[in-house]
Amino acid sequence: MEDRVGDASARERLNDLWGDRTPYDRDGQWPARTDECYADGISPEGVQRWVPAASLLHSNGDAMDIAVAGDRIVGVRGRPGDRVNRGRLDIKDLYAWQANHSGDRLTTPLIRRGGELVPADWDSAMTTVADRSRRLLDEHGPGSVAFYTSGQLFAEAYYTLATIARAGIGTNHLDGNTRLCTATAGEALKETFGSDGQPASYSDIDHADVIALFGHNVAETQPVLWMRILDRLAGTRPPQLLVVDPRRTPVAARASVHLATRPGTNLALMNALLHELISHGWVDHEWLGQHTVGFDELARQVADCTPEWAAGICGIESAEISHAAELAGTADRLLATVLQGFYQAHQATAAAVQVNNLVLLRGMLGRPGCGVLQMNGQPTAENTRECGANGDLPGFRNWENTDHIAQLAEIWNVEPLQIPHYAPPTHAMQMFRYAEQGSIKFLWISGTNPVVSLPELARIRSILADGQLFVVVQDIFLSETAALADVVLPAATWGEKTGTFTNADRTVHLSEKAVDPPGDARSDLDIFLHYAAAMGFKDRDGQPLIGWSDPESAFEAWKRCSAGRPCDYTGLTYDLLRQRGGIQWPCTAAAPDGTERLYTGGTFWATPGQCESYGRDLITGASVEETEYRALNPDGKAILKAARYLQPHETVSDDYPMQLITGRSVYHFHTRTKTARVPQLQAAAPRVWAELSMQDARRLHVTDGALLDITSPRGRIRAAARISDVRPGVIFVPFHYGYWDTEALTRPGPGAPGTAANELTITDWDPVSKQPLFKASVCRLEVATTAVDDR
Amino acid sequence: MTGQAGLRYAFARVQRGEEAVTDHLQRLGERHRDDHEIHHVARDLSTWSRDHLDQIAVAAAGHDIRFDHQGAHPAPIRHLRETVSTLTGRRPEPDMRLLEDLRDVCLAATEVSLAWEMLAQHAQAGHEEDILELAGRCHPQTLRQIRWCNTMLKTLSPQVLTSL
Repeated sequence: MEDRVGDASARERLNDLWGDRTPYDRDGQWPARTDECYADGISPEGVQRWVPAASLLHSNGDAMDIAVAGDRIVGVRGRPGDRVNRGRLDIKDLYAWQANHSGDRLTTPLIRRGGELVPADWDSAMTTVADRSRRLLDEHGPGSVAFYTSGQLFAEAYYTLATIARAGIGTNHLDGNTRLCTATAGEALKETFGSDGQPASYSDIDHADVIALFGHNVAETQPVLWMRILDRLAGTRPPQLLVVDPRRTPVAARASVHLATRPGTNLALMNALLHELISHGWVDHEWLGQHTVGFDELARQVADCTPEWAAGICGIESAEISHAAELAGTADRLLATVLQGFYQAHQATAAAVQVNNLVLLRGMLGRPGCGVLQMNGQPTAENTRECGANGDLPGFRNWENTDHIAQLAEIWNVEPLQIPHYAPPTHAMQMFRYAEQGSIKFLWISGTNPVVSLPELARIRSILADGQLFVVVQDIFLSETAALADVVLPAATWGEKTGTFTNADRTVHLSEKAVDPPGDARSDLDIFLHYAAAMGFKDRDGQPLIGWSDPESAFEAWKRCSAGRPCDYTGLTYDLLRQRGGIQWPCTAAAPDGTERLYTGGTFWATPGQCESYGRDLITGASVEETEYRALNPDGKAILKAARYLQPHETVSDDYPMQLITGRSVYHFHTRTKTARVPQLQAAAPRVWAELSMQDARRLHVTDGALLDITSPRGRIRAAARISDVRPGVIFVPFHYGYWDTEALTRPGPGAPGTAANELTITDWDPVSKQPLFKASVCRLEVATTAVDDR
Repeated sequence: MTGQAGLRYAFARVQRGEEAVTDHLQRLGERHRDDHEIHHVARDLSTWSRDHLDQIAVAAAGHDIRFDHQGAHPAPIRHLRETVSTLTGRRPEPDMRLLEDLRDVCLAATEVSLAWEMLAQHAQAGHEEDILELAGRCHPQTLRQIRWCNTMLKTLSPQVLTSL
């Protein structure tokens, strides 16, 4: 590979994942620290151009500049003036730009002919795609066409895709892989606050005195945010951490209270914490009375949920629960954060909503150091949600509100009936079910790799390999999924295209094109525009449905759609983002500098006319009717919603005595399509492993590095044992390791053991958010061989 | 005791009705294992009805009313259904049977809802606080079962019906 980072410079950060400390005091400003990384032989003086961008391989939205020399990307540097990261970068962003230069990038469209994918030009590829979708529309209607997109494109591409799907095709089947990462965050916010929208801000880290992290291994999922917390911990008046995680993560190791709960029991724990808050009077009743509804029902629901009751279910001591409740209940400034340990676990939305309830009971919202951050996992997942490419409608509009549909119809200049609003937009897992049954006959997958990332991979492979389903895959490499496609469209990646992306605390950055994409690869936006032109989508006056032609005009179109909604972008322009760096939405004429915190006055986007959703039953997922919502919440207050703990659907047995949870490593992103092509990251974590406790290792005679066969009711994988501080009875397996870098390409080779964690995972999703539950399976372990892993 | 025959009638209605709901939910969950949300939530919701049956038996006994508790399907039939469902999981035709089975649950639960209404009305008129509390605990869950069926029908039927 050309333009490689030198080994010496790489080792430095690989051995020191979060870099040097820059301590600061509570309410102080987080000091800047500029992280940078260049190709061997390049110094900052040798850089010809600096092109602004933001980080790609997590949701943190760290501002950075791409270094260009000789029309090649030669390095990256954090931007010290930016509010999000103040110059810092994590190891993935320091090194992963090298993957742009990989020799195996897709550079030309491919069409399947005689069973083989063969190179083609853009016109024939797009004609093939358009002809097939047009024929299906004529013969089977819009319900036969579906789109499954990503949390890694830009806002401009999502909004264009949403316009194509909703108003052009008129299909209800558009969702993102955000379903796997952020669906519960969005749903929990809708249930509590009436509408999506992150209440708090990363800057609340600077002010909090207790930070409670629920299923959020921030050290590995958002390393730069963890640097901010580490710098507070190193300063005077440091915050205390409360951590809920079955593993002793780097975050748990720094916690005042670490609750290593049994997987599947989050709701029981949360109900007990709320019980303790209420029974000790750690409740701001005056604030609750003014700004919320539902307290009596919540108090009734948790009345019996004592720490002793929850301790038995969660497998921890009741004193630990009481201690945790006291920490949260007596904090002066409580900041709560939530991620996949809750979102991908049993009763996901119900548990995440109780975290909202925790801060609401304490009246801790909309002030410095107080609030809740319902996180996400991908760089532009927030844009997928805002733009309606995620199984919601653009601008957080409510599919059940005819006024909201009328607004969209006016914006797109189409008949309201053209926009499907007869049922909630179809979620990804249901789309794959419709494809399995044959009623979806065309599936366009952009920027995601379901053949490794969805649960129960044998099933997913069989659906995508079925000859009845026409599969289009738009990606930058020949992924496991692309290898099964009928047409492959080569895409440009970060640094090769321009667009905006918005992080988990609503900060919008402009990421600009630094170099040309390789070969004939095109930006996602250009690909969608090409398709729209080939399909000839028209509005009701016979004019082109899509009136924009480049990133900036697409951004202007999206701004019009966002106007008057919580995610209002109308005060932003490309020029302003160039001048100022990251700005938080809503950004309007009334709030030209953006908005640091939502709900500062205790007012919400929750009146029946404003809200994005009337809500769902937290146990069954059944929709709440508009009339019920009007009766419950006529004044648009925050809603305290309660739910009862249920037994998980899959429980341990003699055959499958262990619980399986999957997750991320700091070295890799998703299915490693980029990070495995980065020598430093791949060398740091080259192959799959399984973490188990010392107790289980002794019991099963497992030594560190031994190869384990892990079997679930769905399949089997082989992984190297890593003895760690995970809760006894629980196995952790990272989900990154698919097959594109093996001979078999899409699946385990003949006789070869599987490596993808999702061979094992159950197909089950939260009935409220429809997020698949990757931390809800059972399995058993057998030692495959005692040979020690060579790493 | 005045109104004992009426009480017996109303109890019998909720008892038989909850048995039918349990039965239909169980069948729904077993037949549609490949519609995973249906499979899992139907099983969760059938535990509500089973729990109602236990509570009904206790409350009715307190009023000298006893039922033969039939229980759920015997295991061999359940197993057969599971096998059939697995074999037919991948059907080319749209899943009309799912809509039909959801409709059956919805109708059965609606019938129980009316029965709970009647039982609660008897309790109001007859000052039977224990029965009033029983209905207050169980009837809302019946309504949630109905809403769930309605939501799933609303969500799934457009795709099934337009692809026929």
